[in-house]
Amino acid sequence: MSKKKSGGLGDRIRKMSDTNLLLTITIIVFFAMYISAIAFMGSGFLKPQTFCNILNNQAALIISACGMSIVMITGGIDISVGGVAALVSMSCAVHLDYQNGSVFTAVLIALGIGLAFGLVQGFLVAYLDIQPFIVSLAGMFFARGMTTIVNTKPFNVAHEGFKALKETRLYIPGLGSVNKKGAFVNAYVEIGVVVALVVVLVFFIVLRWTRQGRNFYAVGGSRQSALMLGINVKRTRFYSHLICSILAGIGGFVYFMHVGSGSASHAQGMEMEAIASSIIGGTMLTGGVGNVLGTLFGVLSLSTIKNIVTSAGFDKAWWTGITVAGMLCIFLVIQSVLMSWKKKAMSGGDGNS
Amino acid sequence: MSPKAKKSFQISDLFRSQMMIPVIAILLLTIFNLIIGPSFFNIRLEENNLGNAVLSGNLITILDNGSELAILAIGMTLVTAASGGQDISVGATIAIAGSAILKILCGDNPHPETMQAPIILAFLVGILAAMACGAFNGILVAYFKIQPMVATLILFTAGRSIAAWINNNELPIIKDIEFSYFGGFIPGIAVPTPFLIAVVCVIVIFLVMKFTNLGLYTQSVGINENASKLIGLNPVTIKFMTFVILGVCVAVCGLIKVSRISSINYSVIAKDIEMDAILAVALGGNALSGGKFSMAASILGAYVIQYLTTTLYRMKVPADALPAYKAVVVILLVVLSAPTVREFFSKRSKKLKTTRRGVA
Repeated sequence: MSKKKSGGLGDRIRKMSDTNLLLTITIIVFFAMYISAIAFMGSGFLKPQTFCNILNNQAALIISACGMSIVMITGGIDISVGGVAALVSMSCAVHLDYQNGSVFTAVLIALGIGLAFGLVQGFLVAYLDIQPFIVSLAGMFFARGMTTIVNTKPFNVAHEGFKALKETRLYIPGLGSVNKKGAFVNAYVEIGVVVALVVVLVFFIVLRWTRQGRNFYAVGGSRQSALMLGINVKRTRFYSHLICSILAGIGGFVYFMHVGSGSASHAQGMEMEAIASSIIGGTMLTGGVGNVLGTLFGVLSLSTIKNIVTSAGFDKAWWTGITVAGMLCIFLVIQSVLMSWKKKAMSGGDGNS
Repeated sequence: MSPKAKKSFQISDLFRSQMMIPVIAILLLTIFNLIIGPSFFNIRLEENNLGNAVLSGNLITILDNGSELAILAIGMTLVTAASGGQDISVGATIAIAGSAILKILCGDNPHPETMQAPIILAFLVGILAAMACGAFNGILVAYFKIQPMVATLILFTAGRSIAAWINNNELPIIKDIEFSYFGGFIPGIAVPTPFLIAVVCVIVIFLVMKFTNLGLYTQSVGINENASKLIGLNPVTIKFMTFVILGVCVAVCGLIKVSRISSINYSVIAKDIEMDAILAVALGGNALSGGKFSMAASILGAYVIQYLTTTLYRMKVPADALPAYKAVVVILLVVLSAPTVREFFSKRSKKLKTTRRGVA
């Protein structure tokens, strides 16, 4: 019998799966950070709109990071998401303004670009067995280069239908704050946030309760074992890259909806932010561990810390980069220490029983 | 019969060898340039604006601008081989090293008339700074067992901010001509200095590989960490060491980069160079998942990338659109060298041979 008391914290942690353990840590840290921000930074963080603005600004990143998490769970990586987002925003901008296209066809273009990148990258990675890093690196170069070939100069979109869509605000009933004039203002979110939350919900369900979702974990955990269990490894890896690129396309359109302009320098560094939020959300680059819900909290944590840094008076540009890196570092070390500790505890437990 | 068999074995050996991709790429690019117009290969002796006789021409440009990449490829190959991952922070650490070098040279005044310290001292401080960054990455990777790409993501995000912080976000300018020798030409020598520095680095690393077990140990750790632990190697130290060596390479690149413009731009300096360095390793046919490596192939890979860039510039491709063409070439090269594709072709050629034999 185990010497430790059953139901103790250590025991409970031992029983948890890696995915759930890392998810719990992320959620706890996010709430701790937000509550301390409210406590020390004053009432600005208490306003629901502050939180909604974080969502509004990061909706595109949430969508792309979800795709990134799925690829990472399957044991791959995709660094082309930022490039795809830039290409989508530029193509849609050109389509709307220069070709008088409709918003509907612009959405189709966004999905088409995502699909094309997904098909090619997925095929190269899964069926030709080329390293995902190199494939998506080339994908990133291609997308960034194509963006300037489509149009060199950045410009704002003046399309009426698109502008209406961009400025649509969904007010949340019951949530809001009193402004300076004493009137009650409801908090609002943009359409992109709804899309992002739907994406998170859908892929949370897919990853947890569908066979395809479980296949992603199996392939990421051990490709050899998955193959022996009769899982189609190649097809699973292909799907993971396909989903990631399509989500990058959708994310690109949401980004475009948020900024309302096309530019070659859009979404610069988005791929690294997506990877960082996935890691903070408890997805491991080695594969087999992760959760899109954690990714959502990863994105929120990342932008909350940025907000805290700017509102705390460290307005010099370099502080944001350094704090984000510091946070990433702390998370990585915690994850690494916890995992090795758990491994030791597990093997010790096996010895006792 | 036997000499013929031996010969065909050699050809297939070359086909399988790591050097195949970079060598074929160089041949293809050369043929392409010859078709477009052989003037590409002209080399002239010209006088530059300092009054020195220097070599100029497209080939010299390739050797000159490819040097930083070649130096980085040395360190990146070792890191890739030992840890099975890549360091994506090299661009940011180049900014840190460059910023440290300029800080020492400038002292308190960002625009000094003369240098405040000897260059060698500044360079040593730069090496220390870059080695510290490498050690930081190395500790995370080797001791905490974090995947290299994730661990180096930390310095990737923070590096340029730290570089700006070192010089308080000012843009120091060195007016002394002596400092620009490292990124330009030393008077009396017609070959660009960065190329000479790269040659020195290559010679040093080959001597190290020849007279120490660094290469052997790195490969064995990369192939099987547990097995190498059992035969008495310390994988932690070896991984850590490769990251520190990469740090030294980064410092040399940093010196060349800041010397080229006698100043620094924190957000632009060595931008995306990490991607090119990883690409050089991959083009050299090295497995990005670690293990066996070929240093010469990586270095050649670095020059292939620069060759490609210069060729594209020659075709009047605008600088912003360059990545798109580069991507197409990279994908073609990687697809051709993919194991499944190679197997497919070798099967095809075998079938062809057997049918021919049947006909005969």
